[in-house]
Amino acid sequence: MAELLNSLDRNVVLGMAQAAAAIALCFGVVMLCRRFAVHVERETVISLARGLVQMVAVGVVLALLLHGNLLIASLILLAMACAAAVTASRRAPEIKNPLLVCFYAIAAGSSVVIAVLLATKTLTTDLVVLVPVGSMIIANAMNACAQAMERFKADVTDHVGLIETGLALGAEPTATVAPYVQTAVYASLLPRLDMLKSLGFVWIPGVMAGMLVSGASPIYAGIFQFIVVAMILAASGIAGLVATLLMRARVFSTAAQLTLRPGISESQHPRETNLAV
Amino acid sequence: MSETSSKESTVKPQRSDEGSPVSTPALEAEHLSRAVVGKVITNNISVQVHVGEILAVVGPSGSGKSSFLRLLNRLDEPTNGVVRLRGQDYRELVPEELRRRVGMVMQSAYLFPGTVAENIKYGPSQQGSSLPVEQIAALLQRVGLSGYQKRDVSNLSGGEAQRVSIARTLANAPEVLLLDEPTSALDEESAREVEDLLLDIIRERQMTCVIVTHNNAQAGRLADRTMIIEDGKPVAVGPTSEVLKNG
Repeated sequence: MAELLNSLDRNVVLGMAQAAAAIALCFGVVMLCRRFAVHVERETVISLARGLVQMVAVGVVLALLLHGNLLIASLILLAMACAAAVTASRRAPEIKNPLLVCFYAIAAGSSVVIAVLLATKTLTTDLVVLVPVGSMIIANAMNACAQAMERFKADVTDHVGLIETGLALGAEPTATVAPYVQTAVYASLLPRLDMLKSLGFVWIPGVMAGMLVSGASPIYAGIFQFIVVAMILAASGIAGLVATLLMRARVFSTAAQLTLRPGISESQHPRETNLAV
Repeated sequence: MSETSSKESTVKPQRSDEGSPVSTPALEAEHLSRAVVGKVITNNISVQVHVGEILAVVGPSGSGKSSFLRLLNRLDEPTNGVVRLRGQDYRELVPEELRRRVGMVMQSAYLFPGTVAENIKYGPSQQGSSLPVEQIAALLQRVGLSGYQKRDVSNLSGGEAQRVSIARTLANAPEVLLLDEPTSALDEESAREVEDLLLDIIRERQMTCVIVTHNNAQAGRLADRTMIIEDGKPVAVGPTSEVLKNG
């Protein structure tokens, strides 16, 4: 509790005023978009409100659990992965169990990467280190998962004729959508690849900036930041691949029928009965 | 259902070459229905198609003709009824094998990006076999596209693309050929050429064929028997001349 009270200093009041300025700028952009008939008012208000409340809540939780152990950190990261899965699953409501697909993809990507970071002692098990870095990895895995699913869904629904032609010629379902699996995984990786390429030239990420402020060696801070961004790429690759492969399995019935078609969701298709052995 | 059809729209085998012993139908639909989200698209269709026979399915737009055809190679799942291929319930077959045996030519050619030869090879390559270059050449010659092997499919006319699509389906050597309005996307001249080509191929290979068309004249030129579908239900089926005369 003392940690929480210590954090409620005048910096918080200053921070809220600065947040208000940031929100005002966002509203300005929304108004500009409105002039071009791009209506994002409602979504922006909801996103800003959610973002602010969530980040304040995270601050409160971190202040309360500043010296928590690995178990508490793991539980926090698990909760974050669940929340990320809920957000990403909204991209593909047409498929069966989108929430599970997203959770498996995000959990696979982030857990592998966090485990490697811990095993190589790049990260310590301190909650204040593990949770912020872990959350960055989970957030990027979530974005990769959502981008892969959205791209795969768009490609499949745009190429129904070609896919069904392949099926009608006796092709396995996986063969008919192979090009779209590739483009979906690539699309999910591309922003992270660009991020890695522009590292240091176009942007100096927050982790490095924080380390420099707290007096770390600039060279080590740079290397550490590279590791984090490289791990973000790895987590995104795993999440994008797992999400696409799980989605691929769900856009076909067991009788090799394409169930994801424009205007028809998977759940609306009659169940098939296979007698083949 | 008009008087040209039998009870429950099941048609007794009536071949143009009457007199030969009647065997198991090549393809048989029995009480075939499909509903999506409570809407009935195909309603209790029973029909038999015998070896070497051409059955035309006609009816107004949105009547369920193409939906019926998609049930025959199991691109869609029936909610009721069964399809038999040479007497065997098609659910006993692996879908990929079923679709190689029951080939389909769609309304649009839907060619895969690449060359004409790559498209022709597609079906056999899915079974892990490679189609010899001589067979590719022979198939292309048969559809009037000799020497087109290396052409990029993006440079083909509509009629040429549909011919490649027909050759690609034939490369699987199907027992039954399903044609979903194969000429409706073509200009009149190309449509007539493709129609003549299809009729020649079907007759020379003694193929069993179900053709969906909105064009009664085309059904009259091609089909031994015709089934009229309205609102997903068969309303008449029988010899083409009788069905079209009464319809």
